[in-house]
This record gives sequence, C-alpha cells and structure tokens, in this order.
Amino acid sequence: MSEYIAHEHDVLIIGAGGAGLRAAIEVSAAGGKVAVISKSLLGKAHTVMAEGGVAAAMGNVDDRDSWRVHFADTMRGGQYLSNWRMAEVHAKEAPARVRELEAWGALFDRTSDGRILQRNFGGHRYPRLAHVGDRTGLEMIRTLQDHGIHLGLDVFMEHTVVTLLKDGERIAGAFGYDRERGRFHLFRAKAVVLATGGIGRAYKITSNSWEYTGDGHSLAYHAGAALMDMEFVQFHPTGMIWPPSVRGILVTEGVRGEGGVLRNRNGERFMFKDIPPLYANQTADTEEEGWRYTQGDKNAKRPPELLTRDHVARCIRHEVREGRGSPHGGVFLDIAWIKERLPNAAEYIKKKLPSMYHQFKQLADIDITQEPMEVGPTTHYMMGGVKVDADSEMSDVAGLFAAGECAAGLHGANRLGGNSLSDLLVFGKRAGEYATAYAKENSLGAVNTDELESAEKWALQPFERKGSDNPYAVQHALQDVMQERVGIVRQEQEMLQALERIRELKAASDRVSVDGNREYNAGWHTALDLHSLLTVSEIVTRAALERKESRGAHFRDDFPAKDEQYGGCNVVVRKGAGGEMHLTREPIPPMRDDLQQIVQEMK
Amino acid sequence: MATATFRIWRGEKGQGKFQDYTSEVSAGMVVLDAVHQIQAEQAGDLAVRWNCKAGKCGSCSAEINRMPKLMCMTRLNTLPLERPVTVEPMKAFPHMRDLVTDVSWNYGLKKRIPKFQPRQPDASDGTWRIAQEDVERVQEFRKCIECFLCQDVCHVLRDHHMHEQFIGPRFLVYAAALEMHPLDVGDRVESLRKDFGIGLCNITKCCTKVCPENITITDNAIVPLKERVVDRFFDPLSNLFRVFSNSKT
Repeated sequence: MSEYIAHEHDVLIIGAGGAGLRAAIEVSAAGGKVAVISKSLLGKAHTVMAEGGVAAAMGNVDDRDSWRVHFADTMRGGQYLSNWRMAEVHAKEAPARVRELEAWGALFDRTSDGRILQRNFGGHRYPRLAHVGDRTGLEMIRTLQDHGIHLGLDVFMEHTVVTLLKDGERIAGAFGYDRERGRFHLFRAKAVVLATGGIGRAYKITSNSWEYTGDGHSLAYHAGAALMDMEFVQFHPTGMIWPPSVRGILVTEGVRGEGGVLRNRNGERFMFKDIPPLYANQTADTEEEGWRYTQGDKNAKRPPELLTRDHVARCIRHEVREGRGSPHGGVFLDIAWIKERLPNAAEYIKKKLPSMYHQFKQLADIDITQEPMEVGPTTHYMMGGVKVDADSEMSDVAGLFAAGECAAGLHGANRLGGNSLSDLLVFGKRAGEYATAYAKENSLGAVNTDELESAEKWALQPFERKGSDNPYAVQHALQDVMQERVGIVRQEQEMLQALERIRELKAASDRVSVDGNREYNAGWHTALDLHSLLTVSEIVTRAALERKESRGAHFRDDFPAKDEQYGGCNVVVRKGAGGEMHLTREPIPPMRDDLQQIVQEMK
Repeated sequence: MATATFRIWRGEKGQGKFQDYTSEVSAGMVVLDAVHQIQAEQAGDLAVRWNCKAGKCGSCSAEINRMPKLMCMTRLNTLPLERPVTVEPMKAFPHMRDLVTDVSWNYGLKKRIPKFQPRQPDASDGTWRIAQEDVERVQEFRKCIECFLCQDVCHVLRDHHMHEQFIGPRFLVYAAALEMHPLDVGDRVESLRKDFGIGLCNITKCCTKVCPENITITDNAIVPLKERVVDRFFDPLSNLFRVFSNSKT
C-alpha cells in the first residue's frame, strides 16, 4: 500500500509561471477552489526571464496599430501554421489583459502623455510591446503572484508531478512528490490545467533553467492527449557565448529594438544580405533607414536585425560556418555604436537596458556601452505543445487544459518576441475560466489506487539500484545529441542517429541510481525528470523527421525550401495503443473569410 | 587545468559539517557552476536551489566566504582561490538540507501586508495616466528579485530572531513600493508601526550593501517609511491638528 498525502480541489494548476498564475487567479475569482503546483519557489518561474515586453495592440505609440495588424503579424510570423482562431483571440484580448495588470499594480514605462509605453520588436509592424525596462517578465510574474496570494490560492511550492490520473476518458488529478521531504502527494481535481512551460533542458545550450524538462508535454502525451507542432523549437538568435559558463543566457531582442546591430568579424552588417521575400516590403533599405526606425520614425522600415528569430538565428549560424564569426564562435551585437548618433548614449543604454548592462559587466567583464557583445543562438522556446481547443484551451482529454508555452497553436512555425507574455495572459485566463466551468459541471473522478502504487514504485526505483548510470551523465548525453543532431539545422540521417541514441539513453535512464535519501535530493529529481526529457526529445525528433520541408524554426538541410503540401498541415503526435508514437499530418481548417481578408490586406 | 577547493556545508536541519570538494576551474566560472560540477561528478544528492543562473530569479542565495551572495553572480575570479571557498546556507531561516533553507516565512508575510488598492481610473476607458518620473521612483523597489539576502543579513532577524515582530527589509521595500505607488490609495502606516515593527530597524544599512539589485533599501525605502510613521504618530503639531480636525489617525 502506498503512502501519500491527499488533496482535493476543483481545479489543479500544474505550473506557477505567468500562465499558471493567471489561470489560478481566474479560477479563484470565479469562486473555485484551486491549487497551484510549482516545481520551484513561487515567482521564480521562467517568466521572470522575459525581458522585452508583452505584445498588445493598444496603439499608444502608433495609432495605426490594431488587433487586425497584430493578428496578421502573428500569422505571418508563424508561417501560417498557427491556429487562426487562437491568433485572433490573442490579438483581440491582449490589450485588456495588459490593462488588467496595471489595475493589479504593474507599473509599465510611460509615454509622454502618461499612457503605457510600447516598443518595437522583431516581426511586429508597429511599436507594440508594453514593457518595464528590460525586466518586463519580473514585473508581470510579481504582479500576478502578489495579486493571487490575496485570493486564497493553495500554492504547493517545490512539488513535482510525475503522472496524471484519469477516470476512464476524463481527468481525475495528478500524483507527485515534494522536494523538501520526498513525500508523495495525490491531487484530486475536477479539472487540471497544464502550465509547465518549455523543454529547453533537452538541449545543451539553452536559456532555460533546470525545471524546463517538458513535464507538461510528457504528462499530456502519456495521458492520451495529442501534441502538435513539436518540430518547432525556437532558437533565440542572441544568447551569451563567452565565457563558457554563461553560454546560453539570453540577450534580449530589446538590444536590437533600441538600435543594436549585428556584425561579423569583418565589421559587415550581414543581416542586409538575406531578406526573406515575405518581409521584403517591411525591411529597411539602408542602415540609415533602420536607425530612424529604432528612433521612432513612423515612415522608416525596420532594420533586418529585427526580422523573425528563426531567420536571424540561421543567418548568425551561416556567418559562423563561413568563417566570419567572432573569436568565440558567434557574431558581434553592437549597441555601443549609437554613441555616434546620440549624446549621452552610455546613460541611455544603461537606462533602457539595465539588466543587460549588469549581466555583461558582472558575468563577462564587458561594458556594453563601450564595446560589442559576442552572441550566438540559444534554445529558447517551444512553439509546439498540447493541442487544445482555441476557445477553451481544453485538450483531447476531457477536463485537461493547457496554456502558455506547453500549449500549441498560437505561434505556429515561429513565435514573435513579446507574443509569449501576451499568450500566457490571454490563454491562462481562458484556461482558468473554462476549467472552472468544467469543474462546475463535473464531480471528482475516481482514482485507481493501483496506479498510485505503481507510480510510487517507479519513482523510488533509482534508490534501489546501486552503482549504475549517473542521472546527470544521462541528461548531459541527451543534451549533446539534441544539440548536435536536432538543432537549428537538421537532416534525416542525423536525426535517425539521434533516435537511436535516444533509445539507448532510455535504456540507460532505466538503470540510473541515486545516492542519499528522499529529502531535497537533486540527483533523484534529475533521474525522474529524465522520463519527460526523453519523451519530448523523441517527439521533437520524430516530428522533425516527418516535416520534410523548411519552415520557420524548422530548417532541413536536405529539404531547404518550403513545400506547400506541408504548408497546410500540422504534425500531430499521439501515443498509440501499444505505447508507440503515432504521427499524423492534420490539415489546418480553412481560415474564416474575414480573417483571410485581413491577411491579404496586410501583405 | 586549474583547480580550487570548495568547502560546502552538508547536512540536514541545522546539523552538519563542511566538506571539501576539489573541482576544476575554467574561465568565467561562477560559484554555482562549481557547485553544479560537484553535484554532477562527486555529490549527486547535494541540495541547492537555483533557476535562471542569470541573477534574475533570486533562487541561489547563499553565504560565500561568509558574505550573503547569489551563487550565480559570484565569479570565481573575484575570490581568493588559494584557500578553500566556503559555501553555506543562509542563516536567518530554518535549515532544510545542505545549501537549502526554508524561506516559507517570507511568503507568509506578504499575505499580511494590505494589498494594492488603485485610485479610480483617470480615463473613461478605465486606464490611468502616470508620469514616467512617478513610475521610476517605485520601479527601483519593484526590481526586487526576492532572493531574501537582505533578510538574511538583517541582525534583527539573523541575530535576534524577531521574525514575529519584524517583517525585515524585503517587506519594508515591498510596503514602500505600495505606499509610494502612484495609483495606490491604501494606508499601511499604522500597520508598519504596530504589526510590522518598522521601529526595530536601526538603519545599519547591511541590507543595502548585500542587495544584488542595488536597491537603496535603507535610504530610499525604509527611511521614508519611518518618516511617515513619525509624522503620523509622533509629530506634536500634526497630532494637535488631528485632534481638532477629527481626521483619522
């Protein structure tokens, strides 16, 4: 008989970043009893790392902006694979979600007439990102956290879910453990919202922390929900690359938004050399025009540094491959040059990009007001995730919802910067709202105690094995293979090798052993996380093999062009009856006429 | 490759001892890198909290060579590596395991501080108009990453254990951010005196010195709050004025 602590709630939210907290607030405000499970302490989730801002077409800086333009920008950025209904809902509702944050105490930077200031960002036609210097994510998560704690949420800090529980076809709860004591917990709930974020830890070079092991993706998949667009992993073009210990830490796109430029070792602004046709009409013709754009000239077009992330990342990789990279294998990102144009440039940079200034000063001994940074691509964001209904965010499993990074649909083949913070607000709220409605119409599902017992037994196995594989070593080996074989540029042979290696590492993960006891044992937690990491790594690889074309963040060396037979479909992954991965190409439903018209008008 | 010795506190619930680990040191490394290396190669169950590894989340607070610091922002080239680098948990909170402490007291405190209460919106669309300079004053406080190093170093908490009577620098900064918020109309002055123990702070500024976000905790947050308390409760002129005008105290 297993031993565990039991909890009962109307709605269980797994994940306490922006999406999870926003969902919890919604449940609580509707009178639902809600629990939030947080893998770390409250307020430490990856949302704090978001720097640039939250995209919402409020039109405070440029009144030509509207939800229509935001919708068209998002669809174009996603290479038309996005769920158009989600893109519509997102563009329409984001402004209200941002204003609501202000009513809860968030303090955004202001325009001269005292409204919320908005800044330029890659792929957004007009200045659209509400921001707080370069620490917008911190402001957002703190606002949600501080607002939420007064609503009576039950927060389970430093708890991790290992499996979802079902009663027949519907969700019944989750089973997990607490880090402090290693005790098991049963969370029964009428509805469950997944808000677990990304999968960055599957890669060696990443801006993601230890938590991002694809738990939500894996939990949903094993519970029978479909995952979609898993081949689309966003590599942010600008991560730190030197010194080695900081490799992967994010350098905000805001640097380029404020006038920062990318150069190769010859001092050339290489981004002008390759401008994709889809963006040719919107990109500056000269360096001068690009500068004017960053300074708010409404008649200027944006510099090519602000093209979409997938494109910029590939251009950087190309420069490095061609031998034109910086000394440590990246390129130069230069904001210091603006001193040629602005009086007090150093002060301006420190004020607009304070945390970037400190990050480089403290970690790399570089003063970004005086010298260029060295940057290169870093694994940043998972566009793919749980396939959900566009309006309710419910997955294929009744009562199981997903929002934020672990859900799919809004971003398609590539996410625009700023659209993730708005994503988690808009769809976090909706997931909370619909999960509450579902919980009101349904009672608690029954829990099968045999399932709990086998989950517990599985989780404790690493303690019983002695002297076999080290969980950290298995994790590092997986990160190496994903980085090298399923990275920015992919090809079939390499990905088949990756699948073989993942199979070996799965076997190794069944042999890992850990020392010590169950109390706050990092080795044990790493061993358990391997299950999710290996599941999502295999899904990413198989989905990437299935899409035999290049589109957005997914680039195939062996199929370097877009192929229209793939352009109209999403790759969907489900767990087959025999436990095998089952992939299908599902056609995207035809776009509503009025939305199609918007896309045409904005071309 | 160069090596260094890390003297790490190992143990549970306050019981334990320092244990030495020798680890390789490479360019640009921070203390957290060394701890991770030791964890992966020599001590798989070593307990340590961390998240962003970029000084933005405030998870990896510890005492390095006896100084409260973020492990992820402490570069090895700022430490004398010819002798062992000591790494121990924060002292102002109950010890859990190795480098991890129970900081839940801090989370409980926040609930006790009256929440943000905005004034009526300025515009008919429900929005407000705020000047950038009014925003900036409070933004300094809102930079706080809740690493709790200021709480750790505050002698009222660390040495005198007055956790019941005193909310500590972090939550005085939090209260200041609310009190000075351009939209807030709440009043926390009486609570600051009676419930939150602001009088216990005697302005030694230790908190300001350890803040990794360089928030001027004492001068910009605590002192102005103390002044509000003094104005309200100890200023004879305004007391007299209140008696005659019957306004709230």
